[in-house]
Amino acid sequence: MEKDQDKVLDEVTSGEYKYGFVTEIETDVIPAGLNEDVIRLISSKKEEPEWLLEFRLKAFRHWQTMKMPQWANLKIPEIRYQDIIFYAAPKQKIAPSSLSDVDPELLRTFDKLGIPLEEQKHLTGVAVDAVMDSISVKTTFRETLAEMGIIFCSFSEAVKEHPTLVQKYLASVVPHTDNFFASLNSAVFSDGSFCYIPKGVRCPMELSTYFRINASNTGQFERTLLIADEGSYVSYLEGCTAPMRDENQLHAAVVEIIAERGAEVKYSTVQNWYPGDKEGKGGIFNFVTKRGICKGDDSKISWTQVETGSAVTWKYPSCILRGDNSTGEFYSVAVTNNYQQADTGTKMIHIGKNTRSTIVSKGISAGHGQNSYRGLVKVLRKAESARNFSQCDSLLLGDRCGAHTFPYIEVDNPSAIVEHEATTSRIGEDQIFYCNQRGISTEDAIGLIVNGYAREVINKLPMEFAVEAQKLLQISLEGSVG
Amino acid sequence: MKNDFLLQIKELKASIDNKEILKGLSLEVKPGEIHAIMGPNGSGKSTLASVLTGREIATVTHGTVTFEGRNLLEMSPEERAREGIFLSFQYPIEIPGVSMVNFMKTAINEQRKHRGLEPLTASEFLRQMREKKELVEIDSALTNRSVNEGFSGGEKKKNEIFQMAMLEPRLALLDETDSGLDIDALRIVANGVNKIRRPDTSVIVITHYQRLLDYIVPDHVHVLYDGRIVRSAGPELALELEERGYDWIRKEAEVSAESWTTGQK
Ligand SMILES: Nc1ncnc2c1ncn2[C@@H]1O[C@H](COP(=O)(O)OP(=O)(O)OP(=O)(O)O)[C@@H](O)[C@H]1O
Ligand SMILES: [Mg+2]
Repeated sequence: MEKDQDKVLDEVTSGEYKYGFVTEIETDVIPAGLNEDVIRLISSKKEEPEWLLEFRLKAFRHWQTMKMPQWANLKIPEIRYQDIIFYAAPKQKIAPSSLSDVDPELLRTFDKLGIPLEEQKHLTGVAVDAVMDSISVKTTFRETLAEMGIIFCSFSEAVKEHPTLVQKYLASVVPHTDNFFASLNSAVFSDGSFCYIPKGVRCPMELSTYFRINASNTGQFERTLLIADEGSYVSYLEGCTAPMRDENQLHAAVVEIIAERGAEVKYSTVQNWYPGDKEGKGGIFNFVTKRGICKGDDSKISWTQVETGSAVTWKYPSCILRGDNSTGEFYSVAVTNNYQQADTGTKMIHIGKNTRSTIVSKGISAGHGQNSYRGLVKVLRKAESARNFSQCDSLLLGDRCGAHTFPYIEVDNPSAIVEHEATTSRIGEDQIFYCNQRGISTEDAIGLIVNGYAREVINKLPMEFAVEAQKLLQISLEGSVG
Repeated sequence: MKNDFLLQIKELKASIDNKEILKGLSLEVKPGEIHAIMGPNGSGKSTLASVLTGREIATVTHGTVTFEGRNLLEMSPEERAREGIFLSFQYPIEIPGVSMVNFMKTAINEQRKHRGLEPLTASEFLRQMREKKELVEIDSALTNRSVNEGFSGGEKKKNEIFQMAMLEPRLALLDETDSGLDIDALRIVANGVNKIRRPDTSVIVITHYQRLLDYIVPDHVHVLYDGRIVRSAGPELALELEERGYDWIRKEAEVSAESWTTGQK
């Protein structure tokens, strides 16, 4: 029986990573290593204003005083920052004004990833900002959105074209001193997306950014800033992939969201960075700081994430609930298979009155995967009648993987109601056999069970992506139970 | 040469954890026949069902099993199911998060694919669900839930027969389907089985009591004792067992085992 289980577990590797190809394209890279000159070089390549260079240098000086955090339940080999290339850009005009200016090889790359950049070919109702290595390749539907006053462009363009907005909001949610990886990002960030929804506007399409790491030995450090002005609404989606390489690659992003009074932001992620091979070789180290502030009353920020990729994931999308009656939500499915490790969760900081937060975390571990939920619910003294509900479930496939839960609860207001529920279950051989006996193969049985388990979270994704996410879950667990 | 048996088991020996449970069991079932298997607790009835459905806990060490003339033991559990072998589990399994609808739709379409048929349309599928639900008088509230999750013992058994109705097997193995059912439910479920059966559907009923056999009337009754079929007869055997218990069978079996060993000497 054990042998059969081994055999089936070995078949896990048949779940091939489909996005592991490399694009051959001329790339502008700077020498590896990190110092003030490198930062000045990045800033000048991007033709940045003085204030942004100053911000980067301030962050870098602070970062040099910091140490890599050790509290996460992760085993990470030492990262040698002097060996990393901090800027790599496909050689082409930054922000090409039309599609004919974009290198056809880049277009082919995104086509192959299922992200056509020709607007007429694209899924209706989705605007895309495509980022490869350190720069944004192309943003679709910009003009259509601009008619409604919506700004959706690469971060670099926003710095040039909307400097006051960027200066006002940059680092207002994640300061340059926030944590080791956020400080590093603030010093060297390359590109990312910028989005502004004006007062009272409901963004008519999904906005999405697709991140692709291509060059080797390169880190990707993108920065995303999303501002929803009073009474506006936007749904935003982020996807990502990388080539299969034997060495680990660093990805350290920062995402900041600001929701003004009555605004609502839905931020969804389908994270599919290369997870490494079945022996745990290679894969992306994913250290991400994502935080939103419900700045005004009655505002709402909702994070949904489906995490299937990366060798290591360190990520806690959080909400600062400052406005009265504001709402924060976190829905997460995190899969770890083979030797993947994930330490992920959220922080809900209740500051305003009647603030509400909901946390639904579903961890799935298979192979030798290690999956940790880490969450903080903090209710400050003035947060009258705050409410939180947390549900943390773990599903185990096989007996070599692990699931861990680290909930932290700090309540300074006696009127608060904070509830936490946790369950751990295992897909049993008897469940699989029951399905087999009805004619359902083991692969399909796992798919059924896992998708049933994750349904509550998947349902929060925009329709088109929910289907993708379901397939992804099944592929990433292919053959992992006997 | 045409083989007119649906299922043919010859000299089957099977072990669990190196302990021999089935010790040379033979049984032949023709299309349309109903066989009842009775026998004391632990005699190997459910183990036989496991072997026939390909559950890995039991290892076959000897003997052959053919289904429609094909070697059954070479087939994967799902292939056996798609070929028309259905087991109503003695202890049905709960699968939280998987809706009955999704589960049944997947099962039916896998079976259809195996037979070269197109998947059922949503409306045709729902029509069948409705029709079969009525057949076993199962509550819609149950089929709207996750597979067996939180079902009572009797509800689980009803749900097994509902699934049998949906899948229309060639050979149904009913492992103590009567246990846990109240008197009304027993009648409904047993009549349900009779309505589901086509003239060539074969059934192996594993039970401890005559009450189920009042409804599902067997052509043959077998007594499984210590891994072997020690006695086979018509329906009257079940009545006799109900009256007399297994003691006399036990004695007979021991005597015959002894004479067999002395014969070996
Ligand atoms: N998973 C298992 N591990 C170890 N022994 C087992 C296992 N399953 C069954 N057995 C043993 O095999 C023997 C036959 O069990 P089986 O379930 O086939 O009996 P049964 O005839 O169905 O009994 P009952 O009438 O109580 O359902 C028993 O001694 C039982 O303890
Ligand atoms: Mg039994």
